[in-house]
Formats: sequence, structure tokens, C-alpha cells
Amino acid sequence: MTKILAVDDSSSMRQMVTFTLKSAGFDVDEASDGQEALQAAKSCKYDVVISDVNMPNMDGITLVKNLRQLPDYKFTPILMLTTESTGDKKSEGKQAGATGWIVKPFNPDQLLTTVKRVMG
Amino acid sequence: MSIDISQFHQVFFEESMEGLDVMEQSLLELDPESVDSESINTIFRAAHSIKGGSATFKFDEVASFTHILETLLDEMRNGDRPVTAQAVDLLLKSVDCLRSMFNLLQNEEPIDDNLYQDIAKQLQAMTEQSGNDVQIQSDNSEQSTIDSSSSELSRDSELNCWSIKFVPEPQILRTGNEPIRMFRELETLGELSVKAKVEKVPGILELEEDACFLSWDLMLQTESSKEIIEEIFEWVLDECTLSIEQISQSVSSSKDEAPTPTIQQMTKPSLDKFEDSRPFKDDESIAVKSDTAQIKSTSTTIVKTEDGQNDKPGKPVNSAASSIRVSINKVDNLINQVGELVITQSMLGQMGETFNESMIDRLKEGLSQLEQNTRELQESVMQIRMLPISFVFSRFPRMMRDLSGRLNKKIELVIKGESTELDKTVMEQIGDPLVHLVRNSADHGIEMPEKRVAVGKPEFGTVTLDAYHEGGNIVIRIEDDGAGINTERIREKALQRGIIHQDAELSKDQINHLIFEPGFSTADVISDVSGRGVGMDVVKKNIISLGGTVDIESEYGVGSSFIIRLPLTLAILDGQLVRVGDQIYIVPLTSIIESMQLKTKDLVSVAGNMEVFKLRDEHIPLVRLYESFNIKADSQNDQTSTVVVVEGGGTKIGLMVDELLSQQQVVIKSLESNFVAIEGISGATILGDGKVALILDVSGMVSRSTRAKSKRGVKAA
Repeated sequence: MTKILAVDDSSSMRQMVTFTLKSAGFDVDEASDGQEALQAAKSCKYDVVISDVNMPNMDGITLVKNLRQLPDYKFTPILMLTTESTGDKKSEGKQAGATGWIVKPFNPDQLLTTVKRVMG
Repeated sequence: MSIDISQFHQVFFEESMEGLDVMEQSLLELDPESVDSESINTIFRAAHSIKGGSATFKFDEVASFTHILETLLDEMRNGDRPVTAQAVDLLLKSVDCLRSMFNLLQNEEPIDDNLYQDIAKQLQAMTEQSGNDVQIQSDNSEQSTIDSSSSELSRDSELNCWSIKFVPEPQILRTGNEPIRMFRELETLGELSVKAKVEKVPGILELEEDACFLSWDLMLQTESSKEIIEEIFEWVLDECTLSIEQISQSVSSSKDEAPTPTIQQMTKPSLDKFEDSRPFKDDESIAVKSDTAQIKSTSTTIVKTEDGQNDKPGKPVNSAASSIRVSINKVDNLINQVGELVITQSMLGQMGETFNESMIDRLKEGLSQLEQNTRELQESVMQIRMLPISFVFSRFPRMMRDLSGRLNKKIELVIKGESTELDKTVMEQIGDPLVHLVRNSADHGIEMPEKRVAVGKPEFGTVTLDAYHEGGNIVIRIEDDGAGINTERIREKALQRGIIHQDAELSKDQINHLIFEPGFSTADVISDVSGRGVGMDVVKKNIISLGGTVDIESEYGVGSSFIIRLPLTLAILDGQLVRVGDQIYIVPLTSIIESMQLKTKDLVSVAGNMEVFKLRDEHIPLVRLYESFNIKADSQNDQTSTVVVVEGGGTKIGLMVDELLSQQQVVIKSLESNFVAIEGISGATILGDGKVALILDVSGMVSRSTRAKSKRGVKAA
């Protein structure tokens, strides 16, 4: 089963993402910031990582940079959840190694379409 | 698939409220002189999360409001805008405003535009003061909706043929982008043919395993527009050379298709220009501008919201769905203890199977272990309901800031013991009384700066809030170094109002306590902060209804302290079991002053209708419980009876009982929810033998007795 890691400091967003993905039949783990996510990613191989950008402790951009350093996550699709659809944040994310982004606000269907787009 | 996202609303509300608290706290700590970038970041993050969530959950008012807020904060975060005191004020107002909006949403009430338009307008005005471009740049929600709507608009039903040349840069795979997935995506749009070009693939020695040397020519026959095709390549635009060219049009009547050349070359666009090369840039800024204009035009017609209305700290009305957060430690601890309990239980169970007398010692040991397990478990469960008092204290820095501004006083608030834990129910109910007392200290206690300097005190007055555990109680102290209570004036005022008699001999403490009497106020000038004489009696009533007490320590000219003592929890009570006839009643231990054998010679009947007994120098009304509850006592002979002297609401009464039994902790069951509320009874509990015992409410008993006696008239003792 496809394993997805959902990272967001806002629990309502995280719950919505998790619930949506779970009901589409994915296996989902949650993390509330970059640090937690990095720990989780080290102990388990995820097929897709979906992360918020603005988070305490470690933000999404730093998380992506760190993930790309790990051999297991060299090619793993990593999606950024962002309200900042301006070039700045997007390209910052891209430079860090993010695969793509989902612009907030999004609805569950948009989320699923985007996730399916990056899956093997 | 459709998912009902309303199930996440409650979580969103709770986390947004927390976010607002964080914002408020950080704003208060913000020093315009030296701005700490981390606190600005924290504030920004909170606003940002609320915005993202509210847009997702379709709370458009909140989303558009926080959007302006976020813009402002983003500029501050980037250092493009100075953090002024004025801005902090406005941000604080916005926090209040958002709080009221969430309260309305939570109760599923509509949000009145007037509630937020005024502040939105002020925020907007502030963002317009400088750097207009920022506003457009960070205008995200609008942009994305425009993106999708515009692509939908230009979708037409003609079948077009597109030639796509896709030359990715070698490192494209390293961001997790896989061309084959994009082609798969393209295939969903129509008929696709793919031709891979291998001319750039180097010799085997230079071949890098994670680099992409291929490029592709694709032909796509689709009804979809160019934008839709571009969207598929959206994530890799900066890592490839892409051209999408229309080569034929099956039906040439497309009116939406612009006559301009359709080739869009994106050869290694520099990252900062990336945005400029996107289509619809012009439309976006126009749309955003018109949006702003709309906000402006509506806000000119609105009625100004009254300031005071927004100053009230938001309090959720809908408490039915409230939840608490429990630290993992507490839960782990609990699980541990349940484990222990299970071990003890199985040990006892095993013993029961083959029990003989020789095992009696082991049985006792097991039972005492069980008792310990149960007690620990009980304590841990109680712990779950315990929250640090900072939940209540956190609102005071803000309040003090506003108050000192309004009163023109200089006040410093010191908060201690924030981590002291208190039952959640108690916490919810102690908030308002505390607000009142703190307000009182600031208004009546602390003097004006000039006056302070004149009497040799520091210009800044200090109000200290402290919380700590003492015995089974939590103590909250509100201390100020202000003027103190003028006992003489209180006495005069009380005489004036007829609260006390001219010849009443009262101690200083008793006089000070008079400020808790209904309708008592000594403030010379009634300000809008306090001094209307409503409140102190309510404060005391609320504290008493929580099973607590409030005391005053004051020295004229030096300062006053209000000391609130509260039980740690409302669910368990230390009780004295007393027997009357065949009934057992529970008297809260905290209200008992002493117990004694009644002597007939001490019993007097004063004024005919009040039976009292003499305890040292005092005369105390006697309540015969068997009379109150209409039951048969062992003996109605005063000689053999025991009197329990209790104090409630400042008055002492003696409860006449047959026998004092043990003291124990009892679990309180509500009588009101299971039966009906009865004056003088605060609840019931189940005793060890399964019997139900009523818990006496001492202040209820006091008022009941005074009323009953005065109605009844003369009755022989």
C-alpha cells in the first residue's frame, strides 16, 4: 500500500489531509512539524510526502532540503501545501527539491488528483 | 469522491482560538524598539494558518480578513514595514475581532459585516501606506481561484492538435518529477503520441544514473486548452525548455483563443522572473485591485463598531463540544497504572481460586496494593482534567495593557506560578471573578503616577498574580502595592447604606469583607472600568459556588491582596460523614470549624424565633438536621447530641447530628442532573456499602435556616 507522510502544524489541515487520503485507501502517517517529519521519514520509507511550508521548529523548505539528503528520498515525490502561490515560495521550494505544490485552499478532490499525479 | 470537511470545523475552531491566543501573547511581548524576528514569525504563522484553514473550510469572511492581516505581517516579517505601537494596537484589535468571528461561527451564527469591516478597513489603510505591490504579490487565494476559473473559462470543446517539445534539464529527476507521470497525465486529456529523443544521451562512461538526458516530442489531440496542458508542466517550468504549439484546429471558430503567437518559450527563466512569464498576470492584478476596491467601497458605508464591544475577551458559548488536550506523559502514566491494577487484580483472582486461611496476610497485602493502585489511578485521572492556570492568566497582560492606557496609570503586571494546575471546570468559572479582581486592583488599588511619586512609591504600580498549591487547595493571590483599603471609609459607607448597625463592633477583617456585600462601592468616581458596585458580591458568590473562599489582606497606604482558595477539583470532596437517625450525610470538611458536645446550659432561645447556642463568646444558630430533613433521630435529647459548627457565606451555624463517623474522600454525583436541585444539598455520593448519602451544601443550609426560622415564628426548643 502507498505510504504517505502528511506534515502540517495545523491539526485541522492535517486531519483533513489524512482523512481524505485514508478514505482513498492510502496509508497515512502524520507529523506536526519538519523535525517530527524528518524523524518519521528516517524510520520508515514513505512513497509520498506532503508538507506545509510555514511550521515551527523546522519549516517545510528545510524539511525538503533535509529529505533530499537521505538516499531513500532522492526521487520521492514531495508536495508542498502552500498558500503562497507567488513565485518566491514556489521556486524556493523547487530549489530545495520539492516536486510540486498544492495551493491552499484546496478541496479533498484536488488533493487526491494532485497526489495521484505524482504516484508511481 | 466527496468528503464532508465540516467534520474538521471544530478542530479548526479550537486550533484557531489557540492561534489567536498565541498571536495576542506574542503581540504583547513585542517591543517596537527591538523587534524579535522569531515572535513576528510566530504571529505570522498563526495568522497564516488561520487564513489557510478558513479558506479551505470556506469561512470566507475570516479568510479575507486574515488575508489583509497576513499581508501586513508578511511585510513586518520581511522587514519592509516597521513595527509601530499603532500597528500592534491594530493587530490586537484584529485578534479580538477574529475571536468574535470564531465565536459566531462556532455557534453557527452569521457574521455581521459590521463586525470586521471597520478594522479590515484600518488594516487595509495601513497596508496601503507603503508597498502596494506587496499586497498584490501575496494575494494568493484570489490568484489560485482565478487560475482555475480562467482555465475553466477558456476551456472549449474544439479538438485541437498540439505539438509539445519537452527538453528537461538533467537534474529534473532529483526533485521527484518523473516525465513519464506527466505523460500519463497528458494522456488523460486526449490522444497522445510520444517520441523520445536520445541524441543527448552521453557515452556509458559519462552516464549519470540520476540524470535525465532524454528529451521528448509529443503530439496531443485534445479538447483541453493550452493552460490545462501547461498546468501539467507547471512544476518543472524552471527545469526544462518547453514549447507548446498548436498545429491545427479541427474547427476554427474558437473565439477564446487569442490570435497572438501561442508559442511560449521558457528557456531557463531566472527564478525571480518566473512569475512574470506566467499567463494571466495582468488579469490577476486587475482582479485583485477590483477586489480591494470592493472592500473599500463597502467599508465606507458601514456603521462604526463601538470600541468597547471588541474589547470583551471572547468566551465560547458553545461549551458542549469542548475538549481538552492531554500530554502524552499523563496518558502513558495512566496506562501504566491500569497495567498495575490488572496485575493486582489477577493476583487477587488467583488467590481467590485456592484460598485458605493461611493466605490471609497475603490477601491483606493484595488489598492494600489494590487500594494504592486505585488511589494512584484516581489521582492520574484527575490529572487529566488539570490544566495549567496560565490558561486564565494569559488574558491579563493584554487586559492590563488596555486598562493602564484607559486609566492613565502606570502598572506593571507580574505573573507567577503559571504552571500551577487546576481543574478545567474550576478554571472556566474562575476567569470572570479574577478579571474583576484584577480590574479592581488596577482601578481602585493602584494610584495615579503623580500621587504615587508624592507618597514616595515608585511611579509604576505593581499588580502581582500568583498561584500555588497549599494543602488540597489552590491559592490565587491578586496583590497590588496601591492605596490599600481605607477601613474607616468602608465602615462609613456600610453605615450609610444600612449594611451594618451603628453600634456593631467589627474587626478590621470583618469591615474589609463588607466590600463583598451586594451594592457596595467606595469608588469616588464611577469609571467605566469598575466602581458601579456590581461585581464584588458576584465575585464572592462565584467563588463560593466553586467551593472556595476569598480573603482580603490590606494595609492602608501600602497595598491589598485578595486571596482566593479553591478546591483542586469539583469531582471529589473531602467529607465528614455524620449520622442522623439511620441516614448518613456528608459535610464538606473545609466548611467545618469545630465539633462539640452540646450542653443544655449553652442553649438559649433569643428573640423567640431563633434557637441559638453559646460557643465561647458567640451565639450560633442551631439547626436540627432531623427537623430539616424530617427524619427520626436516635434521640432528640439535646444532651447526647453532637453539634458540628460550620461556616458558610460568612455565617456560622451549628448542625445537630447523632454521631460523627469517619472522614473520607467522596465522589460527587450531581443531584440536579439525576433528580432535582434542592437547597441545602449540593449533591450525593455512593458510600462503600452501596448506600446513597447526601452532601450538605453549607451556605444553602445557612440561608435555608435563617429563612425557615423567621417564617416559622416562635417554637419551643
